[in-house]
Amino acid sequence: MALILNEEQQSLKDIAKEFLQKNAPVTHFREIRDTQNELGYDQSLWSEMVNLGWSGILVPEEYGGFDFGMVGMGSIFEEMGRTLTPSPLFSTGVLGATLITLGGDEKQKQNYLPRIVDGSLTTALALEEGNRHSPFSISTKATKAGNEYKISGEKTFVIDGHCSNLIVVAARTEGSDDDASGITLFLVEANTDGIEITKTSMVDSRNSANIKFDNVTVSSSNLLGEENNGAAILEEVLDRAQIAISAEMLGNASQAFDMTLDYLKERKQFGSVIGTFQALQHRAAEMYSELELTKSSVMAACNAVDENSNDLKRMASLAKYKAGETNYLVTNEAVQMHGGVGVTDEYDVGLYLKRARVTEQIFGNSEYHLDRYATLSEY
Amino acid sequence: MTDLQTFREETRDWLEANCPQEMRKPGDVAWGGRNAQFSHPDQKIWLEKMGEKGWTCPTWPSEYGGGGLSKEENKILQEEMGAIGARSPLGSFGIWMLGPALLEFANEEQKKEHLPPIVRGEVWWCQGYSEPGSGSDLASLSTKAVKDGDNYVVNGQKIWTSYADKADKIFCLVRTGPQEPKHDGISFLLIDMDQPGVTTRPITLISGKSPFCETFFDDAKAPTKDLVGGLNKGWTVAKRLLEHERTMISAMGLSGGGDGSKKTKSGLAEIGKKYVGIDADQKISDKALRRKVAMHDLNSRAFGLTMQRVGEETKVGAPSPAAAMAKYYGTEHNKLRYELMLEAMGTRGVGWDGEGFSMEELAITRDWLRTKANSIEGGTSEVQLNVISKRVLGLPDK
Ligand SMILES: Cc1cc2nc3c(=O)[nH]c(=O)nc-3n(C[C@H](O)[C@H](O)[C@H](O)COP(=O)(O)OP(=O)(O)OC[C@H]3O[C@@H](n4cnc5c(N)ncnc54)[C@H](O)[C@@H]3O)c2cc1C
Ligand SMILES: Cc1cc2nc3c(=O)[nH]c(=O)nc-3n(C[C@H](O)[C@H](O)[C@H](O)COP(=O)(O)OP(=O)(O)OC[C@H]3O[C@@H](n4cnc5c(N)ncnc54)[C@H](O)[C@@H]3O)c2cc1C
Repeated sequence: MALILNEEQQSLKDIAKEFLQKNAPVTHFREIRDTQNELGYDQSLWSEMVNLGWSGILVPEEYGGFDFGMVGMGSIFEEMGRTLTPSPLFSTGVLGATLITLGGDEKQKQNYLPRIVDGSLTTALALEEGNRHSPFSISTKATKAGNEYKISGEKTFVIDGHCSNLIVVAARTEGSDDDASGITLFLVEANTDGIEITKTSMVDSRNSANIKFDNVTVSSSNLLGEENNGAAILEEVLDRAQIAISAEMLGNASQAFDMTLDYLKERKQFGSVIGTFQALQHRAAEMYSELELTKSSVMAACNAVDENSNDLKRMASLAKYKAGETNYLVTNEAVQMHGGVGVTDEYDVGLYLKRARVTEQIFGNSEYHLDRYATLSEY
Repeated sequence: MTDLQTFREETRDWLEANCPQEMRKPGDVAWGGRNAQFSHPDQKIWLEKMGEKGWTCPTWPSEYGGGGLSKEENKILQEEMGAIGARSPLGSFGIWMLGPALLEFANEEQKKEHLPPIVRGEVWWCQGYSEPGSGSDLASLSTKAVKDGDNYVVNGQKIWTSYADKADKIFCLVRTGPQEPKHDGISFLLIDMDQPGVTTRPITLISGKSPFCETFFDDAKAPTKDLVGGLNKGWTVAKRLLEHERTMISAMGLSGGGDGSKKTKSGLAEIGKKYVGIDADQKISDKALRRKVAMHDLNSRAFGLTMQRVGEETKVGAPSPAAAMAKYYGTEHNKLRYELMLEAMGTRGVGWDGEGFSMEELAITRDWLRTKANSIEGGTSEVQLNVISKRVLGLPDK
């Protein structure tokens, strides 16, 4: 396993950085936020990302994708974390692409994957039901009636839930509320009768929705994977999603840190730039150390996906744990070290604090992954 | 077959033929020197074989007795040694600190004279940096060296000199330019310990052990040819050597599952289970301890992976820009590991000696005390944070 990028991966990262800094700097995010853009992202920017091939990075070549791997995808997410770029890449390019690649039958792959690659389809995963990530706590029911299923229940914190054409729903077909077995995944068109979508306004303006399913009827051909066996697919998909979001969090923390470092070198008080004060220097040095550890963890986790490591689960938890802890530390310190301007809306640093707290909630916070790591390590 | 594959096979065969069975078991590492002590006859054989091949210093150039291996070849050698559990043949400050500095700063004659004996383990080197009045502020040191014909005459005192009572020679920072600004009046001098002008006095640590000394110089002599890196240019050598020292010490953070790619168990969980017990789900029954152990294991992996990444980013023999971070994090992490062991062991972790405690328990307690020095020796944690903020982050001084 190499922990540095190869030439191809480095060039993808460079291109992503250049593209995002030019076409989607933080001012772009502010514009989407301040105009209360209904879609929550810019359609033409998304088309350009699609043209760069980003939506197909995790899709196999036989379905029109580029099979470029998680290391490549991670680099893009890291750069998007730096620019706070709004886009459906996470819900579609990571969640949708891996759900269908790992769980879909041949027909579903043929049907959906090329459309993910060409940008004509956006997807969402309707999983969570509580206030905290708990992937198998599912009470949304799917009852079989002949060749059809009827789905009823309520989902929350569905990333890009209001702007996706296709929703993957995790519903219970058997067992009780917390069982891993008995969960089934369904592919549901967003415009199906009985679906009520409410866009939620998050503190960081990230796209998210609550979705109600009221006797939504789907054909059994819309089953993703086998009945009652959804948890196995979910787990594999969640590992990848956790790693991608960790990469975004690394970018978020790195940018907040860089901005703070610049500020420490320019803001003067007591006749010196504040970066000369040891009370701030040591804290900056600790943040640097944690960022280095986080970078290695994310890189190793991306590698673990590409190399099909049998330790993938723990690596995913390592990445999400470190990214969460470090992002928490760095965004808090970044605001503090900016003094009064740090708590203004005009300065960007507060945007990173808000984004950090929302990404922390996505698919398990640090405590969740700490516990998961210990359990997987058999203690 | 690629060259590297051939190298791997040849290495495996050579190790198979030359590494004594006894040296494939865990145990102490030889330190060599003029009065070398070996805990087992095979230790001597193993050192001689490896020394001959230059594999005690695998990446040093072969003209100075080293193995002449590339970074990739060395990695293979380490992997193959690891595969059979081969013990390191030799430990020494000569290998970890002095050698790399000599390779960079010494003249040809000095390299030819001093490097091969380090490779073969014939000279035990100690480090004479710190003084009673100069610890973190090392550059304020005052031990004097005055030229007298072909010699320097040295007067002054060093302190915390590890193994000074066992060492053959000392690499020493001395003041040769009393008028110059403090960094510009220091030279790097090699001094023989076996002479009337040098005396040592052991200091006992909180762990009860006494591995280091006060070192006194009273008109001690060193030949002028043993001044390395130029008169009053010693600070450059000293700093670089410190970077190598920090890299060496930071490897401590890797003990117990730090190597992210392979070992993933720190032993902490086992200790936790053993001393506090398990619940119905086989989990450590003390939830707070379990959480701390997991946190520690995760950070061990993250740190191990970082050391690996930094290794991939830097050239062989070059100090890494991350050395200060590694030293800071690695030593703090290692201290925490021992604190967690003690926490898990309860009263069994705070015995001193005698009945009622196993040898292993007593060893952990003593080692716990020893780890407290990790974040002091080789530059304190606070000094590492200063180095990071200034040299890595570019934060200004004034
Ligand atoms: C919500 C709010 C309400 C306020 N209301 C009022 C008000 O009504 N009237 C009014 O006059 N002011 C008000 N203030 C201003 C407030 O008093 C200042 O923001 C505060 O004194 C810090 O100054 P600064 O923002 O310029 O930060 P700076 O002084 O520039 O500090 C930046 C960073 O450097 C650190 N720092 C600075 N000097 C040192 C040092 N010597 N050693 C170590 N670290 C150092 C700081 O701790 C901080 O982290 C308000 C501020 C806020 C946020
Ligand atoms: C086990 C062990 C082995 C050693 N082996 C050797 C050896 O072989 N050879 C050798 O030469 N030396 C050796 N040393 C000495 C070691 O390098 C020094 O102890 C170390 O550099 C610290 O110096 P000091 O003890 O004088 O502490 P001081 O420098 O007096 O520091 C006291 C406290 O003040 C803090 N401090 C100092 N300056 C600053 C600053 N600018 N900013 C913030 N905080 C600061 C320190 O971090 C520390 O917490 C060894 C030490 C130990 C513990």
